[in-house]
Amino acid sequence: MSVSLGKDLTGLEHLSPDQIRLILDTAEPFKEVSERPIKKVPALRGKTIVNLFFEASTRTRISFEFAEKRLSADTVNVAATGSSVSKGETLVDTARNLEAMRIDMVVIRHPSSGAADFLGQRIRSNVINAGDGKHEHPTQGLLDLLTIRDKHGKIAGLNVCLVGDILHSRVARSNLWGLTKLGAQVAVCGPRTLLPRGIEELGVTVFGRIEEAIEWADVLNVLRLQLERMEAGFIPSLREYYRVFGVTGERLERAPRSITVMHPGPMNRGVEIDSRVADGPHSVILDQVTNGVAVRMAVLYLLAGGRPELADAAKRGSE
Amino acid sequence: MPPDRTTLLDARAMTRALQRMAVEVLELAQGTEDLLLIGIQRRGVELAERIAKFIEKDEGVEVPRGALDITLYRDDLETVGPKPVIGETRLPGDLAGKHAVIVDDVLYTGRTVRAALDELADFGRPKRISLCVLVDRGGRELPIQADIVGKMVKTVAGDRVEVMVEEVDGRDQVDLVR
Repeated sequence: MSVSLGKDLTGLEHLSPDQIRLILDTAEPFKEVSERPIKKVPALRGKTIVNLFFEASTRTRISFEFAEKRLSADTVNVAATGSSVSKGETLVDTARNLEAMRIDMVVIRHPSSGAADFLGQRIRSNVINAGDGKHEHPTQGLLDLLTIRDKHGKIAGLNVCLVGDILHSRVARSNLWGLTKLGAQVAVCGPRTLLPRGIEELGVTVFGRIEEAIEWADVLNVLRLQLERMEAGFIPSLREYYRVFGVTGERLERAPRSITVMHPGPMNRGVEIDSRVADGPHSVILDQVTNGVAVRMAVLYLLAGGRPELADAAKRGSE
Repeated sequence: MPPDRTTLLDARAMTRALQRMAVEVLELAQGTEDLLLIGIQRRGVELAERIAKFIEKDEGVEVPRGALDITLYRDDLETVGPKPVIGETRLPGDLAGKHAVIVDDVLYTGRTVRAALDELADFGRPKRISLCVLVDRGGRELPIQADIVGKMVKTVAGDRVEVMVEEVDGRDQVDLVR
């Protein structure tokens, strides 16, 4: 039975392990496309893709745009500021107007959790979630999985610890779903105020001290500490956070095995991670960025070829 | 009614065909200078390898070879959907000034070859491109022809020509299934 993705990619929560593996395996040959003298294949020629970004983003938007262009799709970028969105138009109206101009896919980033699902249910175009509120950021989760698999040759059985603000992080959520589905052991480490209540019940180990996490982990995925969290009183100060939870060269030296360090960017050097680690031999942070383009090409390619009848089957979980 | 299966080439006949094709490649290219063999994923890659081995035995020269997966250059993504796993594309260095011989198992509509020509053009500008196939089954939908053919066979739509190679399928054989 062949595996397909369906119409939209809004999160990893409802994907099967086989669907996740399909995306990662499809991403593999796309890495090579970006190394060609002409970094472009005609697979999505004639498709129109709108990048609808209601929140600031540099890396994710550029990564999607490279992926789209390298597949020969036509792309249009719409940012919330300076568009009709700032005049009070609703999300669905914006999307329907775009659809009336005959688009094929929408890549959406939105501050509200669930925005991508909401949109996917209301328009015919394929919808790809590029981050919605605190919900999910599935392509980030997928590129993290691909980077771990590249580095370790597998995902199952690895100990992966997410460090930092788990509570507000869609990257953490997509990582949790993806990693557990592919058989990794997942732990989190961060201040109690930034961990979701009851997370242990999901089978996730909680470390209160970064030293314990480093002792246990094969992979640390260090999340960005959003500075507004401090203003909101979740942590006392950035210096304090760095002293207690910062992933530093000295701390990694005491690790019992070689640890892979990841970060979804943009980094706060000297807050959640120090430069010795970010630029050091353990870091695969730039590999993550490279893999991001390949993973997004794979997702676009798989969704563009998807057929609606398969989409329904995928929603029922029966394939 | 179960489909009818006729063997077109058994292992020995297939080896003889490939041997002859190797000689014809050498004649066509007038030697091995500038010659490249490029197999189309999946079985074309193995066939190119075999032909290269025969040339090596005769001429004592190792011919550079590459592999091409044309999936992303197909024109039927909408109708057949994405192929689950795409094979490797790897070309042996710069194509400029080279004589590239594309090797595939079966030539049918010509659409695969059209895609391969487009893809090669994105990698560089060979001085010449030729086409070498193990089986030509007719039925072209594009003005494309092979320079070197292992076996010609008349087929109708709905027939399948199955090429099996040792490295992938555990044996060498070509069957016609109708």
